[in-house]
Amino acid sequence: MFASPESEKLMHAAISAVLTELSPLDLSRWQFGITTVYHFLFVPLTIGMVFLVAILQTAWYRTQNEKFLKLTKLFGKIFLINFAIGVVTGIVQEFQFGMNWSDYSRFVGDIFGAPLAMEGLLAFFFEATFIGLWIFGWDRLSKGLHLATIWMTALGVVLSAYFILAANSFMQNPVGFEINEAKNRAELVDIGAVLTNIVALNQFPHTITASFMFAGAVMVGISAYHLKRNQQVAAMGTSLKLGLWTVIVGGLGTVLSGDGLGLAMVQTQPMKMAAAEALYNTAAPASFSIFTWGTPDGKSELFSVRIPNLLSFLSTHTLDGKVEGLNDLQAQYVAAYGPGDYMPVIWITYWAFRWMIGLGMLSILIAAVGLVLTRKNNFALPKWAWNIAIWASPIPVLAISLGWLFTEMGRQPWLVFKLMKTSAGVSPGINGVDVLISLIAFTLVYAVLAVIEMRLLLAAAQAGIEEPKKTESADHLAVAY
Amino acid sequence: MQLNEIWFLIVGFLFIGYFVLDGFDFGVGMSLPFLGKDDTDRRVLINTIGPVWDLNETWVIVAGASLFAAFPEWYASLFSGFYLPLLLILLALIVRGVAFEYRGKGKTVGANEVVWKRNFDWMIVIGSAVPSLLWGVAFANIVQGVPLNEQHVYTGTIFTLLNPYGLLGGLVTLTLFWTHGLMFIALKTDGDIKDRASKLATKVGIVCTGLAAAFLTWTLISHWSVLGFILSAVAAVTLISGLIANYFKREGIAFSFIVVTIITAVGSLFSALFPNVFPSSTNPAFSLTIENASSSQYTLTVMTWVAIIMIPLVLLYQGWTYWVFRNRISRKSIPAGSH
Ligand code: HDD
Ligand code: HEM
Ligand code: HEM
Repeated sequence: MFASPESEKLMHAAISAVLTELSPLDLSRWQFGITTVYHFLFVPLTIGMVFLVAILQTAWYRTQNEKFLKLTKLFGKIFLINFAIGVVTGIVQEFQFGMNWSDYSRFVGDIFGAPLAMEGLLAFFFEATFIGLWIFGWDRLSKGLHLATIWMTALGVVLSAYFILAANSFMQNPVGFEINEAKNRAELVDIGAVLTNIVALNQFPHTITASFMFAGAVMVGISAYHLKRNQQVAAMGTSLKLGLWTVIVGGLGTVLSGDGLGLAMVQTQPMKMAAAEALYNTAAPASFSIFTWGTPDGKSELFSVRIPNLLSFLSTHTLDGKVEGLNDLQAQYVAAYGPGDYMPVIWITYWAFRWMIGLGMLSILIAAVGLVLTRKNNFALPKWAWNIAIWASPIPVLAISLGWLFTEMGRQPWLVFKLMKTSAGVSPGINGVDVLISLIAFTLVYAVLAVIEMRLLLAAAQAGIEEPKKTESADHLAVAY
Repeated sequence: MQLNEIWFLIVGFLFIGYFVLDGFDFGVGMSLPFLGKDDTDRRVLINTIGPVWDLNETWVIVAGASLFAAFPEWYASLFSGFYLPLLLILLALIVRGVAFEYRGKGKTVGANEVVWKRNFDWMIVIGSAVPSLLWGVAFANIVQGVPLNEQHVYTGTIFTLLNPYGLLGGLVTLTLFWTHGLMFIALKTDGDIKDRASKLATKVGIVCTGLAAAFLTWTLISHWSVLGFILSAVAAVTLISGLIANYFKREGIAFSFIVVTIITAVGSLFSALFPNVFPSSTNPAFSLTIENASSSQYTLTVMTWVAIIMIPLVLLYQGWTYWVFRNRISRKSIPAGSH
């Protein structure tokens, strides 16, 4: 294979040079980003859909109208196909803190581990048990009890979201701790403060309502697919309306809670708000740019569309409030934490923040128009209208991913704000090759799963409420696979 | 008793719970190619664990998170040190979990059903066998000690873990979980498949007994303690009693015995470990112990309250689930023409 032993040696030298160049830090960041964003493609649909399914099943329980049972089964199927991936990718998340971020785990484990363990003991067990009862319990439990199991699952799902967000909030805004110099770690002194972190209190409603938007949009898309073909109209008309209202109500909730989150962010991480606007110099009042042409680093702006006073309003709830700029904050941080670059990557935060808001607004707008068009149960709409409804279903999940990208990238270079830099958190013992292997393995497996899951979801959506004929008999209890 | 001692027990309890519960899921998964003559058989097998595998698997999530909360140093050193084996376990759990949910859905997407199911069946088999083997390798190495430096950072490679004691530990868990799963199948099914399961359980169980005897003896020689001896002895006796009960078709008794075997066998490993949690083979002074690996007193207090309140509740509602799904499943339970 090699012309001479020398060229073989050179080859080996080159390979080992490449391998030693591989930084466990960068690769771990890529891996965490990819796996977490992936996990959070499925989680919001779970969060929103479990409630919509519970509502539909409650409607069936109350009215005994078959239509609601069929809808419960259809959206229950969508929910379960999606849930499977949420669960298996969640385990990866749980292990990654130790695998790739062990120095982080050593430093904050005393605090950060507590909400994670509570999540497990209070929420995951609950969720996993009652979901099993719901799936397999259709003929085993009384109707009322069976209905209760889906509501219990929903309770578990929101509890788990709360605890994980409380953990994340500690990274955004560390509270309730003391530094133990001897052990070189942060220690918990007030669990109440950690669980009522102002960031968590605002992140939670924002994430939950955003999840409702996504589930609502998916419900609208599936209903539109059938209404466009003029099939299953009675049932699909109902789910269309439920979906549209969910997007609107969820959307308004998202906007309101996003406003609260913005205020909390300015208080806790002013650098992030400055980065969201690429605001280099402190301004009062500060305007909000919807669009900037040129370089979005603000230094060489060619053209921009601006809403006067909006950034002041978002940050302070007054029209002329002062918003601190990146340069001033950078100087403050250097004075406080030593030399270094304390700015996140500005173009990412700038555009992620805008697209999150913009796409969310677009989704709400589409839903509002949809409600107007279909008032008095008029489902005879032109094809293009239904197509818009179908293609609009993934818009909220894009907004959600961008929101997280903004939140997590805007926190950089900190891993735990003001306490620990991202570069200090990575595992000291792991080497680049191992992380490269895991990065490739996760990415490949996740890509394959995405394809399978999409096929299954689309097939279930297209089949709608027409179930293949089944021969039910008393013997067929508790078999769902 | 100190709080960190209590948490050593709780972590042990959670891992034991995980091995008892997901252990039989793994065993059922591994049995697919051996007992599942046709698709209906395989569906019978998978449906025995259908309603519970997810909650069983959740035990490892809770065990891991509790390790994080109560012994962050242990969590950090262990998970980063055993990077590649854990990666394999994670990948296995991913494909296994997805396969359970998706194997019956090939028809809905117009795939070739036979190929579709065969692929997912293999994912279940591999996804069950790999963790069964690797958890044993991992725990054996924890007990034996691994190269840790002064900062408690693992300095070995994946090959360090593949030593004779580690591999023997892996084979023990592999065969033990398999026997456990077969006894579970015998308990939960009816007819021909039940008989074949108990026959296979005898064969695998005998191999397992030999391996386990060697492994537990080796452990006792290197980590002698009276408690360890008692636990190992109970493990050995219950394993043999379980096999005898299985031979005489007393499925319930056989299954109960092997549950005790797993509890005591894993318990003996934890007792061999105590008061270390992650011993260093480089220098005993670098070992992680329940003292230097644990969280602060305050965190342990908070978590103890959570555990005291939640664990009994969890056991209660999980017990109720098992009660709801207590019936046996047979070929008759699988509706023809459905997925
Ligand atoms: C459908 C999705 C969606 C929509 C329409 C919005 N958001 Fe959002 N936003 C999210 C989905 C999201 C998210 C993905 O769920 C984030 C990431 C972290 C979090 O808690 O929520 C987020 C984060 C996030 C943050 C960062 C918080 C932090 O880093 O601490 C702010 C300030 C806002 N949002 C504010 C808003 C405002 C003012 C909105 C509208 C007017 C808005 N969001 C619409
Ligand atoms: C409570 C939950 C979360 C915790 C504890 C958490 C924690 C972390 C950690 C430890 C890192 C690695 C260090 C770094 O590179 O910054 C990280 C990065 C990241 N996280 Fe989160 N995260 C959480 C939620 C999320 C969610 C839900 C998403 C998105 C859907 C997300 C998106 C990202 C991204 C994109 C990165 C990469 C940032 C980068 O490369 O710099 N995170 N997060
Ligand atoms: C990066 C940090 C995260 C970790 C360690 C994590 C961990 C996990 C784990 C272990 C599971 C599986 C649970 C089971 O077996 O039932 C899971 C699922 C879930 N996670 Fe995450 N998660 C993270 C981010 C998030 C965030 C930010 C949210 C919500 C705001 C969230 C919400 C959920 C929900 C609702 C589920 C249940 C169902 C589903 O996944 O579809 N997770 N997560």
